[in-house]
Amino acid sequence: MSTVTTEPGVATARRPAPGRGKGSRGGPSFWFATPALAFFGLFALVPLVGVVVLSLMNWDGLGTPTWAGLDNWIRTFQDPVTRNAFVLTLQLTALSWLIQAPISLLLGVFMAGRQRYRALLSVLYFLPLLFSAAAVAIAYKSLLDPNFGIGSALGADWLSRDWLGDPDLAFFVVVWVIAWSFIPFHSLLYQSGVRQIPLSMYEAARLDGASTVRQFLSITLPQLKYTIITSSTLMIVGSLTYFDLIFVLTNGGPGNATRVLPLDMYLKGFRSYDMGGASVVAVILVFLGLTISLLLNRLSGAHRMESQMEGV
Amino acid sequence: MKLNTYRKPLIALAAGSLVATLAACGGGAQPSGSASGDSDDGGSTASGPASAWALTGGSEAVFQTQFDDWNAAHPDSPIEVEWFANDAYKEKIRTAVGSGNAPTLIFSWAGGTLADYVRNGAVADITDEVAPLLENIIPSVAANGQIDGKTYAVPNNQVQPVILYYNKEVFEEAGVELPTTYEELLDVVATLSDQGVIPISLAGASVWPELMYIQYLTDRIGGPEVFQAVLDGEADAWSDPAITEALTKIQELVDAGAFGDGFGSTVADGGADTALVWTGKAAMVLQGGWVYPDFLNNAPEFVEGGSLGYANFPAVDGGTGDPANIVGNPANFWSVSTSSSAEAQESATNFLVDNNLSDEAVDEFLSVGTVPPLLGLEDKIAASDDAEYLTFVYDMVKDAPHFQLSWDQALPPAQAQELLSNLSQIFLGEITPEQFVENMNATL
Repeated sequence: MSTVTTEPGVATARRPAPGRGKGSRGGPSFWFATPALAFFGLFALVPLVGVVVLSLMNWDGLGTPTWAGLDNWIRTFQDPVTRNAFVLTLQLTALSWLIQAPISLLLGVFMAGRQRYRALLSVLYFLPLLFSAAAVAIAYKSLLDPNFGIGSALGADWLSRDWLGDPDLAFFVVVWVIAWSFIPFHSLLYQSGVRQIPLSMYEAARLDGASTVRQFLSITLPQLKYTIITSSTLMIVGSLTYFDLIFVLTNGGPGNATRVLPLDMYLKGFRSYDMGGASVVAVILVFLGLTISLLLNRLSGAHRMESQMEGV
Repeated sequence: MKLNTYRKPLIALAAGSLVATLAACGGGAQPSGSASGDSDDGGSTASGPASAWALTGGSEAVFQTQFDDWNAAHPDSPIEVEWFANDAYKEKIRTAVGSGNAPTLIFSWAGGTLADYVRNGAVADITDEVAPLLENIIPSVAANGQIDGKTYAVPNNQVQPVILYYNKEVFEEAGVELPTTYEELLDVVATLSDQGVIPISLAGASVWPELMYIQYLTDRIGGPEVFQAVLDGEADAWSDPAITEALTKIQELVDAGAFGDGFGSTVADGGADTALVWTGKAAMVLQGGWVYPDFLNNAPEFVEGGSLGYANFPAVDGGTGDPANIVGNPANFWSVSTSSSAEAQESATNFLVDNNLSDEAVDEFLSVGTVPPLLGLEDKIAASDDAEYLTFVYDMVKDAPHFQLSWDQALPPAQAQELLSNLSQIFLGEITPEQFVENMNATL
């Protein structure tokens, strides 16, 4: 009796499920994403569209914006300061990656070891990550002061150089300070990446007589592929938009020696009150950031997210 | 591909926000979301009480007393004061004024920014209301708050001429005298740098202290008319030979080691440039009068022992400018915002007439080593603790045939930034005076 009455009930409850269509086949309902999309739309897409519109207008922060068409774009592309900023940004990005990626990879591998002294060192390496960029910049500014900085405190003349005031030096000092602040974070990524590599792989390699270097090159590096991609994307897109530390450390100076694109955007917008020109730079930055992260993702094949654990 | 299922709603969202943004722009409102977010009183200013935004440090204590006095005497129409740091204020006030959320009393440096405000009808014409106050103010200072014969701003604190401060002990040790001409200055520079002293301390990392050199040199060589032509926007006004000569002399000073090797990383905000002078590492510093309280606070023995010397900028042989001319900031100013309610504007103007630069305020300014821009202060100054220095500053301002407002304040913001950027490259030797002139002419 009871089976007869429940049977159709179950059947009706089940029937609509396959009929709900394509959406349910790939995973949870699309509506799960609405809160996130609403926030993204409100705080990322709306301002973004606003900036694109503003890049086509002249506005000095007072009064009403007036339509300018492509004038701001033409002006910005012809502006030697912005061109210089563009080149500097690319240099900063490339140099930051070249310096930070190998060091954090090696440090991360080193920190992944389980020895006690390594754990202690890891804590020390980790410290720069706890400081805000503004604090780091102010501290470095004082330390590098040629008259009252660390050079004169220690009586070391070779340290008392015009680090932040010499156009040839300032850029490299900025690269160095950025590396100092960010290597700990990327080391942390690599450390956790390395710890996830199954030990059995190393055991097998050791049985085959592989040296430590060989193990690093043939197991650690390939296994860290996705960590390298994630870390590099963060580094590269991060350097493209890097602002606060440089702003406090040099404010783009001396001359225009450290005026990278984000700083150029800020100075144009909030010092010269050329909101149109600043918006053009902002749109360029968004475009560059998106393109580069998309390219990295495509070129590396990370979007396919294949498992690296096959056969383990 | 899964992406396709998500793409449609995204496009709808993007299109929707575009419409929203366009609608916002069309209404003449703030297109960028950043500005309106941080002022709570924004919506209520039209009907709310009067407000004022002022700067921390400097004359903060004096302003605080003035507002406390006003609020105690007028409990039914108080003025709310908010305090800001210099740079943060300059950015915030612009967006606040632009979006109609300005405080009733707007603190400013007059010049190009005030002209912008007036052009946009953001500040009230207070000519009649403040006429009694202006009678007592040094005319060359008051003139900065007037545009086309109407008063839009009144001075609210001390005069800030740029003064050549020097360490008398260093001068004695080196056996040199205070230079009175540019040529003597070059000799003094050579002697001092031979002895391992930085001849002139310069906060090049802040860039604006570099302006003082081009301002003074241009004025000494060609007189105030040269820069006036730039302000008036005359074509090729920067090509004036006086400016080229001033720039050449600046590079001559840099090459002679006048500013030492480390000026590019010296910052003015922390007082590093004045510290070099009172520690004896540098002999001179050309700075605004606002650094005198720093000398007093950081090195009281140095100042009270009479080791701090002060003088006007040297003359230039063959120059047509009057060596008594000065540059700097005549003062800071209060304007009354038109976006406030009528009652709030009335309280604010009454405050300006009754409390601004009152007798008590004058005493306070004098006690911290600064001089307000009022006429007839001779006796008060003579009776003050710092009579000698204050008399020097007062006479310097009172007797100056011309008081040039700092160029970066006088020019519109975009030109001012271009000027600072190019000038910094002149000091670094990255561009020639001819390139500077060409770049600056392009901004006119």
